[in-house]
Parts: sequence; structure tokens; C-alpha cells
Amino acid sequence: MALRVLAFARLRELLGFGERTLDIGPSATLEDVWVSLTADAPEAGRMRASTRFARNGVLVDGTAHVSDGDEIALLPPVGGG
Amino acid sequence: MIRIGPEPIDLAAMTVAVSRPAHGAICTFLGTTRETSAGDDRLVEALDYEAYVELARADFEAIVAEARARWGPLEMAIAHRTGRVALGEASVAIAVGSPHRGAAFDACEFAINSLKAKAPIWKRETYRGGDTAWIANTPP
Repeated sequence: MALRVLAFARLRELLGFGERTLDIGPSATLEDVWVSLTADAPEAGRMRASTRFARNGVLVDGTAHVSDGDEIALLPPVGGG
Repeated sequence: MIRIGPEPIDLAAMTVAVSRPAHGAICTFLGTTRETSAGDDRLVEALDYEAYVELARADFEAIVAEARARWGPLEMAIAHRTGRVALGEASVAIAVGSPHRGAAFDACEFAINSLKAKAPIWKRETYRGGDTAWIANTPP
């Protein structure tokens, strides 16, 4: 199945994309998505503890499953204001 | 009134948006870009903001709803810049109109604290010499 993945700020820089599609197997969770995306980006991988996930605009934790067509966002620690 | 985008903040329009005949108070907050970060003596040359706009908008709407639940009838406008913001310019603004000033002050402070804690917005500082860093917020 295909996901649309958004990465922001420091994660965008370390992963080398702001937006991409990702093909991943059925019944994948967000942790699986994270592992797949950071396999070749160890510095990004070390940001897991401080990264939050959103699925279709709603915050979810890493155990949440993804579905074909989902928009997944990777959110590093925020700094607005 | 919620604005998230590159255009300069129009505080006058925000105060008009939260004015009502039943209101006796408008409290506004402007957050402006600073030339230094806490604990870092490098001088900042430029700031860039990035937002996950759909989720930030939903967060701002939730802040308005929570403020109304806690402080009663009020109007709130929230604006946040994205992209390059010059030093000394406002990057964020809150305006709250309410019948009395107590609720306006309290809701305004709640809104900026909540925004800084949760909203999916990021700030990158570029220092003289070209180094850059993403700056995470710390609790107030």
C-alpha cells in the first residue's frame, strides 16, 4: 500500500524530503513506517523519542496502523511562537 | 480568525475581528523575533518558520474552543507567520475580546502558552557566519 509521508524541520533536512510516497506492506504500524524511513538515516533515527506522528491530521502513537492512502506526518519537537 | 502564512501580521485587523458591542476588553499579545537564543551567545541573522498548516489550524481552533470553555464567551484571533521573518518583527499574535479584562488577559496567556507547547510549527535560526539550528520550545 502507498502512503504520503510529510517530514518537517530537522527531520525534513535529515531525511532529505519534505514529502514523498512510501510503499509498505499490509498491517504496518507507524513504528514500521519510521524504521523503514530512517534505515538509511541514522541521525534521523536517533530522534525517535522526541518525534510525534500524525495520521491524516490527527496525532497518533507508534502502535497505530496505517492504511492505503494515509497522510503520515513526522513531527519533531515544536518551536512556534 | 486564524491565519497561518507568510504575510505580515495585521494586528489592527485582528483587534477588529474580536470586537463586539458586548465586550469591554481586548487583550493582545505579539511575539517578536529576538537576536539571541537562551544560553547561546551567537547572534541570529535570520529566522524561518515552518508549519504543518492543517494540523496547526486545528490546534488553534482547539485553543479557541478550550478558552471559551474556561473563560466563557470571548472572541479570539490567532496568527502565525511562516517563512522568513525579519528580526524584530512579530512572528505570532493573539487577540482576545471579552466582556471583562480578567478573562481577556487569562485567555490570551493560555493561548500563547498552549500554542508554544503543542502547535506543529518549527523555528530555524540562522546565525552570523551561516550556522543554523532548529530551536525547540521549553516549558514556560
